[in-house]
Amino acid sequence: MTQVLIFPILVPLAFAIYTGCFRHHPSHSSSAAIAGALIHLASAGWLLSVVTTQGVVVLWVGSWPSPAGICLVADLLSAVLVLVTAFLHVVVMIYTRFDTTHEQIRSGFHPFMQMLTAAICGAFLTGDLFNLYVWFEVMLMASFGIMVMDHPAARLPNAVKYVTLNIVATLFLLTGIGLVYGLTGTLNLADLHEKIVLVENDGLLAGTSLLLMTAFGIKSALFPLFFWLPAAYPTLPPGVAAFFGGLLTKVGVYALIRLFTLVFVTHPHITHTILMIAAGLTMLSGVVTAASQMDIRRILSFHIISQVGYMILGLAVLTPLALAAALIYMVHNIIAKATLFLVGGLIQRAGGSFHLTQVGSLYQTHGLLSVGFFIPAFALAGLPPLSGFWAKLLIIYACLESRHYGAAALAAFVGLLTLFSMVKIWMEAFWKPSPQKQTASETRVLSPWMMGPVLGLCLMIVLMGIFIEPVFHLALTAGEQLVDPAAYVAAVTGGK
Amino acid sequence: MEHLLALTVGILFSGALFLMLSGELVRFVFGFVLMGNAVNLLIFTAGRLSFVAPPLIGKPGTAPATPVANALPQALILTAIVISFAMTLFLLILLYRTYAQTRTLNTRQADFLSESAGDDTGADTPEKDHS
Repeated sequence: MTQVLIFPILVPLAFAIYTGCFRHHPSHSSSAAIAGALIHLASAGWLLSVVTTQGVVVLWVGSWPSPAGICLVADLLSAVLVLVTAFLHVVVMIYTRFDTTHEQIRSGFHPFMQMLTAAICGAFLTGDLFNLYVWFEVMLMASFGIMVMDHPAARLPNAVKYVTLNIVATLFLLTGIGLVYGLTGTLNLADLHEKIVLVENDGLLAGTSLLLMTAFGIKSALFPLFFWLPAAYPTLPPGVAAFFGGLLTKVGVYALIRLFTLVFVTHPHITHTILMIAAGLTMLSGVVTAASQMDIRRILSFHIISQVGYMILGLAVLTPLALAAALIYMVHNIIAKATLFLVGGLIQRAGGSFHLTQVGSLYQTHGLLSVGFFIPAFALAGLPPLSGFWAKLLIIYACLESRHYGAAALAAFVGLLTLFSMVKIWMEAFWKPSPQKQTASETRVLSPWMMGPVLGLCLMIVLMGIFIEPVFHLALTAGEQLVDPAAYVAAVTGGK
Repeated sequence: MEHLLALTVGILFSGALFLMLSGELVRFVFGFVLMGNAVNLLIFTAGRLSFVAPPLIGKPGTAPATPVANALPQALILTAIVISFAMTLFLLILLYRTYAQTRTLNTRQADFLSESAGDDTGADTPEKDHS
């Protein structure tokens, strides 16, 4: 049954090759991409069902013995994130089926997207630090490719910022990996968990952990390392922006959670204090900058930064409840943020612009779209009974429980400011009279193939909010697995 | 030997950082290449240096008689070199295309400083390619 681990990586890779061969037949390769996404979703669902019944699953690729070989590991955290990735992959593929020009498909849109999905799943599933680096590189290459795909004029200087900063992060990551290998002689995460306590050079160990924190901090857009994100994301097409905005920073967050619960827990007074300060500043700076923006995509991009702060706050508190809250927050944010980027694209289609001053009265002309905006926006702000309310509530409760009153107050305050931004988009885009003279016959009709994915995601948000109890129990089990990784370590080092 | 390599790594790192922070993107590429080599040397040094036989096995199924060098750092570096080749190439092409459009690679120029979303009209009407 351990072979199930390979499918979430292998399926998109296979379809990357297939859609690459058929990239000159746009409609065929689009259909193939949707089929690939659906098979990927099925394999991810299978993986989660195996993990929930059997516990941690390990696959030694190439059958080399532990700990020298390369292994894929799935615990609940990985399996849940792979499932959410696959779900978002399906939704984005359906949306982009009618939102991608033939030019983009010919220049390799589908192979890049499939490759990106494979790399994200690979990063979630790997049990080896160097493999994590390799998956990050694959992810970077694919995202670079998509970003410069049909290079409209204004995009290239922004892409340069994205590329250079991420390359620097990767070099830091590789440096950190080299130092970890020098200190411990192993790169297997579970093996590191056991060997890291034997390291005598305390100063170098703390320095290495901070170097890796910086590298993953750039990837996950932590304060003050987030400047590449608002430069790059607003220039992307909506479907791609939804996928990037939903998932790419979360891979960095996942890597931070994995490393700072499994490996670097020997100096929590240094590492986790820094994480908490960074989380607080990330939440605040992201939301404050977002408040001053008028372009929908820029508002949403700055909110990604602010939301990452909540997840890192959950990691910094480091209790099972806080980690469960961080996991729920990640899942909620991946879905809500992707929906909002898709809605941003639809607002541009319906109103003619991404700029809030140039659109208006969409509530009158596109009633369904306003529902599609309302639900994810107010989930993001944390209004009950949507998923974001429970995620925020759990984070704040976990902070209070471990006596971090300041962090809890900040989290609540940032939620209020998020609400302000969302109300701003609502007022400007949907409520105020349209600045353009538009007669009823001119109203642009939105394709149901693009509304469908948005409403499907909205349904997910509502359902996750209503049926929070089973979700919470699953997340709490995942949080307990993270705080006490004995099962994870036993599964990896015990097996062959 | 370790000391010499450590010193080299330090010099390469500081040179690379100096070049990367200069704001001129061509220098950034040189900085990137230097830093890639610095990291490779660092991994090599961290994997312990020793004067022993190369990690090659003569007959299949037999263990080597003499102590051999650690093969893992070499495998890691090989992967890292290949990846950094690809990255350098991509970076060079990207900078070439950017230069064709903006006529500058100095990050202090207006083209790089403005963070406006640019193609406000969205993906439907990609702006003209000036290259």
